[in-house]
Amino acid sequence: MPFEVSDLAEMDAPEKEYLWTLNFGPQHPATHTTLRLVLTLDGETVINAVPHIGYLHSGFEKLGEHLDFNQYVTIVDRMNYISPLANEIAWHHAVEKLLGIEITPRCKYLRTILAELMRLHDHLLNVGTTGLDLGAFTAFLYAFYQREKIYDIVESASGQRFHTSYTRVGGVMFDVNKAWVEKIREFLKGFMPVHAEVHRLLTRNRIFIDRIKGVGYLSAEDAINMGVTGPLARASGVLRDLRKDEPYLAYADLDFKVIASKDGDCYARYLVRMQEMLESVKIIQQCLDNIPEGPVNIDAATHIVPPAKPSVYRSIEGLIQHFEVMMPNRGYDTPREEIYAATESPNGELGYYIVGDGTPRAYRARTRPPSYIHFAIFPHIIKGHQLSDVVAVLGSLNIIAAELDR
Amino acid sequence: MAMKDVPDNIFMTTLDAAASWARSNSLWPMPFATACCGIELMATASSRFDLARFGAEVMRFSPRQCDLMIVAGRVAMKMLPVLQRIWQQMPEPKWCISMGACACTGGVFDTYAVVQGVDRFIPVDLYVPGCPPRPEQLMAGIIALQDKIKHGGTLNGTEFARRDHSTGPVPFDKDELIRIREANEQLVSLN
Amino acid sequence: MSTEEVLKSKFPEDGLTFSEFRDNRRVVVPAAKLIPILSLLKSDLGFDMLAELTAVDYLEYEGATDRFGVIYVLLNNQTGERLVLKTFINDPSPTLPSVYSLWKSADWLEREVFDMFGITFTGHPDLRRILTPDEFTAHPLRKDYPLKGRGERHNFPIVVRSDG
Repeated sequence: MPFEVSDLAEMDAPEKEYLWTLNFGPQHPATHTTLRLVLTLDGETVINAVPHIGYLHSGFEKLGEHLDFNQYVTIVDRMNYISPLANEIAWHHAVEKLLGIEITPRCKYLRTILAELMRLHDHLLNVGTTGLDLGAFTAFLYAFYQREKIYDIVESASGQRFHTSYTRVGGVMFDVNKAWVEKIREFLKGFMPVHAEVHRLLTRNRIFIDRIKGVGYLSAEDAINMGVTGPLARASGVLRDLRKDEPYLAYADLDFKVIASKDGDCYARYLVRMQEMLESVKIIQQCLDNIPEGPVNIDAATHIVPPAKPSVYRSIEGLIQHFEVMMPNRGYDTPREEIYAATESPNGELGYYIVGDGTPRAYRARTRPPSYIHFAIFPHIIKGHQLSDVVAVLGSLNIIAAELDR
Repeated sequence: MAMKDVPDNIFMTTLDAAASWARSNSLWPMPFATACCGIELMATASSRFDLARFGAEVMRFSPRQCDLMIVAGRVAMKMLPVLQRIWQQMPEPKWCISMGACACTGGVFDTYAVVQGVDRFIPVDLYVPGCPPRPEQLMAGIIALQDKIKHGGTLNGTEFARRDHSTGPVPFDKDELIRIREANEQLVSLN
Repeated sequence: MSTEEVLKSKFPEDGLTFSEFRDNRRVVVPAAKLIPILSLLKSDLGFDMLAELTAVDYLEYEGATDRFGVIYVLLNNQTGERLVLKTFINDPSPTLPSVYSLWKSADWLEREVFDMFGITFTGHPDLRRILTPDEFTAHPLRKDYPLKGRGERHNFPIVVRSDG
């Protein structure tokens, strides 16, 4: 049917009838997992976006009230599942603060190495999938191959490649050996050329830059007011990194830079992540050179960590100590206190608010998930952009649904 | 025509077997990836494990183009209606792999919000255990499913006729509800 | 002058209790004075970021007198100073004023507390359930709600092969 003049008049109708609503997700390739957005569009311009979350809500915090401090580590693993060990370290950092435990220097260095490996892990996936969503498949495959190597490293330390459940209150599950240290050195040697290759593939790629430069701008004031932390805040010019500002583990002894940018757009976030990987490599190398000898767990006499197996099998004291830790009605004296403790996870400030009630399990185990805070800013930074920019912005925020919904 | 007249590159088979063979080697998975297992699913499709070797690498995110749904990760009660909708949108013939402990049984998440096994609400052909399963395990699962498809046959859609009800535990049991409540009350009094 | 001293001098009669545990500096404030105190902390003392907002249900906590505690973790980005602020509210209909006008990060954090604990925040622009489905009626993180729920997770239709 040919076009009538009356049709044109209708298109100019008042009340913005020309706006239309688009449902995006919860099952969509660019959302990676289970995010859902309801977009209001004017042509291809996004006028408004309403995120709907909770499609992966699994009751983590309720479970935290029913499991003891060591058991719950298996659950926090599954929170930010692209860097599981970072969650474990954050959780036990908070628990140890509540219980007033000072871990051994060797454990501090070991956890620092693992935390930084997880930062590489997380940033690699984020950089890879940002490229993947925008049509650059090669960088994703390169990044994923490096991730496989990190999987191998954590597998040889803990026995599991994905959800390691490696840390314990007062230490880690097993100590590592020299071969493991050499394995990381090997990995870092191979990692640097791949990092450079990804740089060459993406950083000056015309298509990639056009898609993400100037998209999703977030100012420093807004970032602070909206509670944004981590690489996102640093890309907006907020110079805050808990590793420097509230040093935990071994970070006080190490030499590294806080990477930041003033631009605040998706490209700045990508660059900050790329650069942070190099800093992480630097940190890991320093830790490998200086990793102290000595026990990895705190003294078994504190009744917090189980004693070494030979002493359990061969001495009555060791056996008693083992039972003191393992029996459900024994365990450690938790102060009837509350604590908030945070670490710098790859995504930002990952905090735990724990209420202790005297039993070896938390009365309340609250997570402050960076993804949750970061997804809340999405409507603010997408307004006025094109529909195709939704994918770019989502990729740069690095939203992990399990951490978002818990 | 005598057998000796047949050239070497001609095979005799039934149409049924040929169709099943073709189906089994060109699975198009629909990755219903919700959580951790989704990352392992990505690893399976990536460079080291390379699912393409088994003809099942064409991941399509539109259910209309797929014939194998891989439920990777836990399914929360808010997500389950979405899962059922997507399953119904997939054209026949279709198969379902439940990947990981959470999709199979709810796994460690025995909580108010997580569905205790997707097999309670949609048909499942194959379970891959693990939390999360290693990529090798998922590939073993896909090979096992190919075997199942090859032996299933296509006539009258018999592979589907056999299962017309959920084979998991009874989904909603009033007695279970009462038992849960009682157990929880006892727990409270114990503490 | 430290944050504690300023708060003491500005609100001398409100019975603010200060305490310290490990490196957390904490203050308990009455719910009625929440907004004046938080505004002062933001405008005069430079606490420009609300890092965390959460609640605790003290129903089964030994010796607790109030039902809910709501916790605000504030952060001063210039000095790196943190303050954990806490207030108590009670049944029935626990209500607090919203701090959305001060920090935008309160938006989703308050919605989550509303969803999980049923605490209402007056003045919040869009107080809906966020994590649980809209038709959900309970508040799961309350201590009187069982871990395994009340059967909601089983309450779905079954799709069988022949429906396909």
